[in-house]
Amino acid sequence: MSIRERLSGNEATAFAMKQINPDVVAAFPITPSTEIPQYFSTYVDNGEVDTEFVAVESEHSAMSACIGAEAAGARAMTATSANGLEYMWEMVQIASSMRLPIVMALVNRAISGPLNIHSDHSDAMAVRDSGWIMLFSETNQEAYDNMIMAHRIAENKDVLLPIMVCQDGFITSHSIENIELIETEDVRKFVGTYKPEHYLLDRKNPISMGPMDLQPYLFEHKRQQWEAMKNAKQVILDVAKDFEKLTGRKYDLFEEYKMEDAEYVIVCMNSTAGTVKNVIDRLRANGVKAGLLKIRVFRPFPVNEIAASLSKAKAIAVLDKTPILNLTGGPLYEDVTSAMFVQNVNVPTINYSYGIGGRDVTEKQIEIVYNDLQNLKDMSNPFRFLGLKSK
Amino acid sequence: MYNVKEIVANRPSRFSEGHRMCAGCGAPPVARMILRAVKPEDHVVVSNATGCMEVSTCIYPYTSWTDSYIHTAFECAASTESGVEAAYKSLKKQGKLPEDENTKFICFGGDGGTYDIGIQALSGAMERGHDMTYVCYDNGAYMNTGIQRSSATPQFADTTTSPAGSVIPGKMQVRKDLTEIMVSHHLPYVAQTAAYMNFKDLYEKAEKAIYTKGAKFLNVLSPCPRGWGYPTEDLMKLNKLAVETCYWPMYEVENGVYHITYKPAKKLPVEEFLKPQKRFKHMFKPGNEWMIEKFQEEVDKRWNELLAKEEMTNK
Amino acid sequence: MEINKNTPWQDMTEGGVIYDAGNSKTFKTGDWRSRKPVFDLEKCKQCGMCFPVCPENAIPVNKEQKREDFNYDFCKGCGVCSKVCPFGAITMKEEGK
Repeated sequence: MSIRERLSGNEATAFAMKQINPDVVAAFPITPSTEIPQYFSTYVDNGEVDTEFVAVESEHSAMSACIGAEAAGARAMTATSANGLEYMWEMVQIASSMRLPIVMALVNRAISGPLNIHSDHSDAMAVRDSGWIMLFSETNQEAYDNMIMAHRIAENKDVLLPIMVCQDGFITSHSIENIELIETEDVRKFVGTYKPEHYLLDRKNPISMGPMDLQPYLFEHKRQQWEAMKNAKQVILDVAKDFEKLTGRKYDLFEEYKMEDAEYVIVCMNSTAGTVKNVIDRLRANGVKAGLLKIRVFRPFPVNEIAASLSKAKAIAVLDKTPILNLTGGPLYEDVTSAMFVQNVNVPTINYSYGIGGRDVTEKQIEIVYNDLQNLKDMSNPFRFLGLKSK
Repeated sequence: MYNVKEIVANRPSRFSEGHRMCAGCGAPPVARMILRAVKPEDHVVVSNATGCMEVSTCIYPYTSWTDSYIHTAFECAASTESGVEAAYKSLKKQGKLPEDENTKFICFGGDGGTYDIGIQALSGAMERGHDMTYVCYDNGAYMNTGIQRSSATPQFADTTTSPAGSVIPGKMQVRKDLTEIMVSHHLPYVAQTAAYMNFKDLYEKAEKAIYTKGAKFLNVLSPCPRGWGYPTEDLMKLNKLAVETCYWPMYEVENGVYHITYKPAKKLPVEEFLKPQKRFKHMFKPGNEWMIEKFQEEVDKRWNELLAKEEMTNK
Repeated sequence: MEINKNTPWQDMTEGGVIYDAGNSKTFKTGDWRSRKPVFDLEKCKQCGMCFPVCPENAIPVNKEQKREDFNYDFCKGCGVCSKVCPFGAITMKEEGK
């Protein structure tokens, strides 16, 4: 039996955490993820979970405490955004190098500076090669579902990597939507109990973690992390299959919307996909073969699958909700185009930076993109700014 | 009664040989004796800040720790351990760990990882009251990276980032008093000690700290032959002079009540502590007498403040 | 399984975890030494001053609470023990002489 509810993205995330009942949550408030530790500490103080809540004095300590807790043999979770994630950056790398399956809710927000509290993906993109699995969520439902699947993926013994579940700040984190929740008992059965092989609190088998790892060893340990990331892809699909059995909701590495015969394709992540789908429906009514490829699994990046999906398009626009400060394109654009190049997929692909610092993403803007794609004459100007005020 | 022979004979070292700290380093005897204060039946999870001790005791694939050990980064030994301790509490509460077996949580950090880059994580963990003992082995500079000044470096010391130059003669600022900052956290137990007088003071304070519930802090002097500039064999002499000159008073604060655990019968002039160390050599050049005077004034001021606090809190 | 400089990535412990607690005992540091402490059992009064000061744990103490000869596998020759001995039972000699 599922439960029909109306929840914001943050509430849904906190509720998923309550159902998972982790051993330790360590978090520090930062807009727009603050509500998650707020809701969660209420569950703790009302005795609804077994969790120790560590109200740390900073995000750096939040991730340090999660590392300590997970290494100790416990399930540890945290939530953060933007500068909070940047402040814990050092520990984010250490968490994955120590192979600790920590689960983080990342509510995407623009990183400073200047200061802005609204949504874009610059925070997630700044840690994109930190050895974490990264799932993106279009809706509150997806944020909830991804959270329920997270531990199964991260804790798989062929993976043992931390994972972050991303959603757009305010746009989904603070908007109330209809949502279908799973019964707590079913969640707990699905997630299972955490049984690490080696952990600090195993007094019969004391271990040392986080050594000085010199020239003969570090390279090999990094290669192991690569292997784990590679393994994660299949595990993500396996877990999605089990999840579908439980809920009927189907998840893949990415979602294809009207891609079967699509000529003009947008690639994007998170909430923008909803807006794009509306525009596609309207364009299709007018005979334009528009399609969408919405990334769910950003790390590991499904290189071959994406290249194959895009191979029949006439023109592609990659939307990066990240300021582009280099001259090579946004992170998603770089990944998509390099995937295509390696697989010999030669389709003109342009890049838009958009929605920066919470700038509204409108259907009008998305229409402009599809219009540009239909009239793409040459590739002299692949880098564009969508929704930017300009003279 | 403290009996060093009995303790060493009956409590095997939890800090093994084969580590790669410098010859004559002051830290290993301190860490080893602190761990000997743990009851043999109790398990320990050590959290170690990046620093000399960490890079020398846990070099893959070797470890000198016979208990469980974790190192994450420079500034977060305390917050890492707070996660371990929270996990312990949670798992114990859930019946996932045996009820009758105890684990103790001990952090080791140098003055860099404790006074400076790690002070925020330390302050946070102490304020939250995690059941752990944080031990600072204070050698008065960033020795691991090559003797750069820290906020624990004494005034006028010659370090590689506060060199005794012709215009600026060494570090110009006085030492931060971290022990007092920890006292201000109103912890159940804070102590300052050194490996002096056959380690009795050190052992007893370690035992008290480890077996007092809550967040505890120990500040232990840890002479560094390379950074301080003295022959390796003089380790215990330097410990002695630091205490006998009242440069490094040995005291404890239990629930706010001060107790100076050793009062020198005759307080030695601080020169005696400064003279054997190359880092203070320039203070003994003609014309620099004012530096020694100023150093002495600071030592006297702090010692007198400590005496006054002891008196005030024992009324 | 022993891990050394030639171990392939497939055989290394994940995350660099070390499972063999206290295994630095197999890493000998005695060759660091340029001076060597020499123990004179006749002069030793078993006072217990020397063994806690040794940074290397290189002065074994038996169950009868008596110290034994140095463990030269680990002694780095710092000389701290010789300085604290009140009875002149430890003398430092140049290595190789």
